[in-house]
Amino acid sequence: MSTGQLNDKLNAKAPATAVPEMWDTFKDDMKLVNPNNKRKFKIIVVGTGLAGASAAATLAELGYQVDAFTFHDSPRRAHSIAAQGGINAAKNYKGDGDSVHRLFYDTIKGGDFRARESNVHRLAEVSVDIIDQMVAQGVPFAREYGGLLDNRSFGGAQVSRTFYARGQTGQQLLLGAYQQMARQIGLGTVRLWNRSELVDTVVIDGRCAGIVTRDLVTGDVQSHSAHAVVMCTGGYGNAFFLSTNAMNCNVTAAWRAHRKGAFFANPCYTQIHPTCIPQADDTQSKLTLMSESLRNDGRVWVPKAVGDERPAAQIPEAERDYYLERLYPSFGNLAPRDISSRAAKRAVDSGRGVGPLKNGVNLDFADAIARLGKDVVKERYGNLFDMYDRIAGEDPYSTPMRIYPASHYTMGGLWVDYELMTTIPGLYCAGEANFSDHGANRLGASALMQGLSDGYFVLPYTIGNYLAPLLNKPIPNTDHAEFKAAETQARQRFQAFLEIKGTRSPDHFHRELGQIIWDYCGMERTEQGLEKALSELPALYDEFKKDLRVTGDAQSVNQTLEKAGRVDDFFQLGMLMCRDALDRRESCGGHFRAEYQDDEGEAKRDDEHFAHVAAWEWTGDPMKAIRNVEPLDFTTVHLATRSYK
Amino acid sequence: MSHHLSDIKLKIWRQAGPDSMGRFESYLVPSISDEASFLEMLDVLNEQLISEGREPVVFDHDCREGICGTCSLMIDGQAHGPQRGTATCQLHMRKYQSGAEIVIEPWRAAAFPIIKDLMVDRASFDRIIEAGGYITADTGGAPDANLIPVPKPVADASMDAAECIGCGACVAACPNGAANLFTGAKIAHLNLLPQGQAERFSRVENMVEKMDEYFGSCTNHGECEAACPKEISIDVIALMHQDFRKAKFKNRKSLSRN
Amino acid sequence: MAQTIPGSTSPGTDPAPQGGRRSPVTGTALAPRKKQFFLVDLYGTAVGKKYVMAITGVMGIGYIVAHMIGNLKMYLGKESDGVYAIDHYGEFLRELLVPIFPRTYVLWGLRLGLIAALVLHLHAAYSLTVLNRRARPVKYQSARDYQIANFASRTMRWTGIIVLLFIIWHLLDLTGGQLNPDFVRGQTYRNVDASLSRVPVAIFYILANLALGVHLYHGTWSLFQSIGWANPRFVAWRRYLATGLATVVVVGNVSFPVAVLAGIVKV
Ligand SMILES: Cc1cc2nc3c(=O)[nH]c(=O)nc-3n(C[C@H](O)[C@H](O)[C@H](O)COP(=O)(O)OP(=O)(O)OC[C@H]3O[C@@H](n4cnc5c(N)ncnc54)[C@H](O)[C@@H]3O)c2cc1C
Ligand code: HEM
Ligand code: HEM
Ligand code: SF4
Ligand code: F3S
Ligand code: FES
Repeated sequence: MSTGQLNDKLNAKAPATAVPEMWDTFKDDMKLVNPNNKRKFKIIVVGTGLAGASAAATLAELGYQVDAFTFHDSPRRAHSIAAQGGINAAKNYKGDGDSVHRLFYDTIKGGDFRARESNVHRLAEVSVDIIDQMVAQGVPFAREYGGLLDNRSFGGAQVSRTFYARGQTGQQLLLGAYQQMARQIGLGTVRLWNRSELVDTVVIDGRCAGIVTRDLVTGDVQSHSAHAVVMCTGGYGNAFFLSTNAMNCNVTAAWRAHRKGAFFANPCYTQIHPTCIPQADDTQSKLTLMSESLRNDGRVWVPKAVGDERPAAQIPEAERDYYLERLYPSFGNLAPRDISSRAAKRAVDSGRGVGPLKNGVNLDFADAIARLGKDVVKERYGNLFDMYDRIAGEDPYSTPMRIYPASHYTMGGLWVDYELMTTIPGLYCAGEANFSDHGANRLGASALMQGLSDGYFVLPYTIGNYLAPLLNKPIPNTDHAEFKAAETQARQRFQAFLEIKGTRSPDHFHRELGQIIWDYCGMERTEQGLEKALSELPALYDEFKKDLRVTGDAQSVNQTLEKAGRVDDFFQLGMLMCRDALDRRESCGGHFRAEYQDDEGEAKRDDEHFAHVAAWEWTGDPMKAIRNVEPLDFTTVHLATRSYK
Repeated sequence: MSHHLSDIKLKIWRQAGPDSMGRFESYLVPSISDEASFLEMLDVLNEQLISEGREPVVFDHDCREGICGTCSLMIDGQAHGPQRGTATCQLHMRKYQSGAEIVIEPWRAAAFPIIKDLMVDRASFDRIIEAGGYITADTGGAPDANLIPVPKPVADASMDAAECIGCGACVAACPNGAANLFTGAKIAHLNLLPQGQAERFSRVENMVEKMDEYFGSCTNHGECEAACPKEISIDVIALMHQDFRKAKFKNRKSLSRN
Repeated sequence: MAQTIPGSTSPGTDPAPQGGRRSPVTGTALAPRKKQFFLVDLYGTAVGKKYVMAITGVMGIGYIVAHMIGNLKMYLGKESDGVYAIDHYGEFLRELLVPIFPRTYVLWGLRLGLIAALVLHLHAAYSLTVLNRRARPVKYQSARDYQIANFASRTMRWTGIIVLLFIIWHLLDLTGGQLNPDFVRGQTYRNVDASLSRVPVAIFYILANLALGVHLYHGTWSLFQSIGWANPRFVAWRRYLATGLATVVVVGNVSFPVAVLAGIVKV
C-alpha cells in the first residue's frame, strides 16, 4: 500500500551505537578543523531566527567566516520573536523526576512515533546546555523568590520543565541569540546581509556551492559562494494564508533548495493550534495565538442547540455543551493540541459555532472568576486578556473569549540526516525549516529548544565533519556558469511576474490557495477532499501564471513582487502537501485522515506501513514528485497508541 | 457587533526613494469592517490600488501581533497611533468613525532614512546593539544556569526593559529624535543582571557613544515613553545616564592601573 | 544630511545608488575608541553635555534662590543705622571672607564660577540644539499630537534665551548701571527702585521671571534624570520639587517689580 521507495540518499548516518550513546560517539569520532584553518572556510547562514542567529554566532566564534542573510531589516525580527509560551529543557530543577530520557520519550510520543530516535535523543541531551547558554547571555527568565529559575508545565508532559520569560520567551531567546550574533558583526566575523532574500541555491558538481539572493531594497540579484550553506528559514505555515505566522514567513528558501535536489520530508505534517482568535471578517490578514495556558482555567463550550443566537450569558448551563470535558474526562480542557483542535472544528462544523461569523467556540472564565476571584484571574492572564480585548474588542472578564484553531507550526521540512545535512552535500538545514525532531506533532515549548539546539550545539560540530576534507581545495566562485545561469533565471522570473499584467494580486491568489489547503489539507483530511484539492490547485496555479498582476518595478522596494515569488512557491508546496497527505494513508499527530480513526474518532496509526519518513524528490513538477521513504526504527522506545482519555 | 465604517479618508506620505521628494496623497477607503486592524485597512487600500493599476503603499510590517517591532507608522501625529501601549499593527479600526480623516507619515529621523513611502531604515539600532548590547559569553562555556541566583525583583526589572521590540517609536516620537529610551532599555536589561556586570561600564560607554553618532539628545520630554508600545519607563534613561557617568570615572581608575 | 540607502549608513559599507548594489554590514565595532582626557571625552557626548547642563543648572538654581532670599531684604527697609538692609547685605557679599582674602575676591570667585557655568550651560544648550536639529533634518509634515512633552519642556531654548537677555539687561541695569536712570554704586535699594519704577522695565522683569519659572519647572525635574539620580521611588517628588521651586522663584522675584510699582518698595 505504501507508495514510497527506498533511496540511498536517505541515509541518516547516525553512529552505529545505542541511541543514548550516539551523540558522544559522534563527537569523539568526527573530523575536526584546526582553529587556524577555520578562517579559510566561508559558511553562509540563511535566516537569523533562533536557529540561524545561534548558528551564525557560534560558527563565527569558532573562527569561520560567516555570511548571514535575512529578508528582514534586522535579525531581531525573525518570527521566533513571536513565541510566547516557553522552552523545554531536561534540567530537573524541580526534582519531579525529569530526565533526558523522559524528555526524549515525551517528544517521540508527542510526535506520534514519526520522528527519528537518534536526533530526538540528542535534542533532549543538549537541551540542558541551551538554558545555561541563554542565561549566560542575559535572558531574563522568570525566577522564583529565591532567585532560582522558575518552571511551568506544558501540554503533553507530566513534569515541569518549561522555562519562560513572561509571555515573551521567544522574544527574549531571540534577542539573546541576536545580540550574540551582533557582537560578531561588530567584530567583523559575521557579515550581515539584511533585506536580502534567497531566491535560489546553486549546486555545482553535486555540492552546494552557494546561493543567489535578491536585494529587497534595490532589486539587485547577486550570487554568493561558500564552502557550506545552512538554511534556517523557518516554517511554511503561511501556505494556509491565515496562520499565526508573521506575514512574511514563507517557504521560498527551502523550496528553492528542494528544486535543486534537497528532498522535502513530510510536508503534510502541520500543526493546528487550538487557541487562536477566530477570523473576524474577510479582510483578515493573519490570526493571533492566545497562549495555551488559558486552557488551565478556561472552560471550552458551545451551545447544545444548532443556531442558538443568544449571548453566552443568557444560555443556561443545561443548554451548554462542554464538549472537551464530555469527550475526554481525564484531560478535559487540557487535551493535546491536535485533539482539541479537531473537537473545535467538529463543534463549529455542526453549526454550533459562536460569534458573529459562527466560527469559534467559547473559552469561558466565568467559573474561574467565581472560584478564584477576578484578581487572581487578572494576575494570571491579565496581559492575555488585554491583548484579546485589543484585537477582538470584547472584554473576556465579562464575555467568554472566542477561540478557534489556526495553522501554527510545520513539522515537515527539508529532509536532513543526523548531521543536519540535506540530500545536497554541503547544504544544511536547521530549526523549523527541517523536518527532524517533532515527527507528526510538536509538543509545546519544544520548537525553541530545537532551533537553539541545532544552531548552538549541533551544527557547529557536524559542519566541521564535512569541511575538514575540503581544506585548501578551491571552491567555485560566483563567476561560475551555474551561478550566472541561476542569477539570470532569478531575474527573469521576477521580471516575468511583472509582465503578466493580469488582473489579480498575489494576495488574492494566496487567499484562494490558502482556503483550498485549509479546507482539504487542514485539520481533517479525506481522500476525496485531497483529490479535489489536487485538481483545483494546478488549475488555480495556471490562472496565477496567466492572470497575476504586479504593479511597480523590480528596481526598488516592491512588496507585491516579493509576495508574487512567495505565493508561486506556496502553490508548488501546496500541491506537495496534498500529495503527501493523500499518500499517507493513516492518521498520526497533526495529520488526521478521516478514513483512519477508531470508533471514538481518535487517530489510527498504521505502523506496519507508515512508520517512515516520506521524503519527496523534485522532478520538475510538484504533481510528479517522487516519494522516497526513510524507515524509522524504534530501538529505545516502544510504539504505543497515544491516548489522552 | 461587527459594523462597517465608510469613507475613511487617508492622507498618506508617498516617496519613491531615499533621495526623492515626497508628498502627501489622498485616498479613500469606501468601506472597512470595524473588526479590521489598521494595517488590514491599508491592505484593502493596496488591493484597491493594485486593481487600479497603481503602485501600492509600501509599509513595513511582519508579525502583526505587536512583538516583532517592524510596523512603524506616524498616525495623526502620534507614533503607532492613538492607542497607548499599542503598536501600529495592534490598532484596530473600531477606534475610528465613518468619515474619519487619517494622516499617515513615516518615522522621521536622520538615523531612520526613508527607503520608500512609509518604510524607513532602522539599521542604526542594530549598530547600537553591535557596539555593546550583549553579554560576551561564547557558546559552550556557560556555567549551570542556577549557579548565580537572580533576585526576582531584579529579574523582573530587567525583563521590563528587555521587552523593547526595537520599533523606533521612541525616536519617532521624541521631539529631538533621541534614541535614549531604546538604548537605555537595552542597557537596563543587561546592566541590572548579575551576568551583565563584567561589561557593565564598557557596554554603556560604547553604546552611548555609538548612539551619539546617529541620534539627537534627550531633554527628558517623556514623549518616548508615551509612544512606546511596551510602555518602557524613562527610568531606564536615568539608569543609563547614571551608568555612563560612573563608567567615565570607573574606567579612568581601572585604566590607570595598567 | 544626505540620506543613504539602508545597510550602508554604517561605517565600513559603501553607499549604493538606487537600483545598485549594497554591501553587507560588518566590523561596525572595530574602530578604536579615541583616547582623550576623560572630562573632554565626557563632554564630547550628548549625555555628558546634559550632565554639564544639569550641574550648571543646579549652580544657577542655587544662585537664584540665594539671590532671591537676599533680595527679600528689600522688604526689611532701613536698619537702625539708617542704611537699607539690602545695602548691608551687598556690602557683606563684597566683604566675604575678608581677612583671609582681600575685599571682593571671594565675590569675584563666585562671579567667575557663575560666569563659567553660564558659558558652559549656553555652549551645551547650543550644541545640543544643533545636534537635535540634525537628528531630524526633515520635520514631520503633519501636525504632531504630543502626549507628555509639555510647553515647558518644548520651550527650554526660548525661555533660556529670554533669561539670557534678561541677565544682560539686568547686569547693565543693576550692577553696571549703564541702563539705570539713576544709578549709585552700592545703593542697591535706590537702584532697584529707580529701575523698576519704569513700567516697561518692570513688565520685562515680570515676564523674564515667568520665563525663568517655566525654565525651572522643566529643568528642575529634568536634571535628576540627566544626572541619573532617578530612583523610581522619587519620581513624584521630583515633580513636586520642580513645581515648588518654580513657584517660589516666580512669586519671590515677581514680587519685587510689583512691590516697586505698588510703592511698597520706595526710597
Ligand atoms: C505565535 C507562535 C508562538 C509560538 N510559541 C512557541 C513556544 O511557546 N514554544 C516553542 O517552543 N515554540 C513556539 N513556536 C514555534 C517557534 O517559535 C518556531 O518554530 C521557531 O522560532 C522557528 O525558528 P527558526 O529559527 O527556525 O525560524 P524563524 O525564527 O522563523 O526565522 C526564519 C529566518 O529566516 C529568514 N528567511 C526565511 N526565508 C528567507 C529567504 N528566502 N531568504 C532570506 N532569509 C529568509 C527570515 O528572515 C528569518 O530570519 C511558536 C510559533 C508561533 C508562530
Ligand atoms: C543663559 C541662558 C540659558 C539658556 C539658553 C538655557 C537653555 C537651556 C536649555 C536649552 C536647556 C535644555 C537642555 C536640554 O535638555 O537639551 C536647559 C536646561 C536647564 N537649564 Fe537652562 N538655559 C539658560 C539659563 C539657565 C539658568 C539661568 C538656569 C538656572 C537658574 C538654568 C537652569 C537649567 C536647568 C536646571 C536645566 C535642566 C538641565 C537638565 O535637563 O539636566 N538655565 N537650559
Ligand atoms: C526681579 C527680581 C530681581 C531683582 C530685584 C534683582 C536685583 C538685583 C540687584 C539689586 C543686583 C545688584 C546687587 C549689587 O550689585 O549689590 C542684582 C545683581 C545680579 N542679579 Fe539680580 N535681581 C533679580 C532677579 C535676577 C535673576 C532672575 C537673575 C538670574 C537669572 C539675576 C542675576 C543677577 C546677577 C548675575 C547679578 C550680579 C551679581 C553680582 O554683582 O555678582 N537677578 N540683582
Ligand atoms: S523603547 Fe519602546 S518605542 Fe523604543 S524601540 Fe523599544 S519598544 Fe519601540
Ligand atoms: S522623548 Fe526624547 S527627550 Fe528624552 S525622554 Fe524621551 S528621549
Ligand atoms: S508588525 Fe510586528 S510589531 Fe507590528
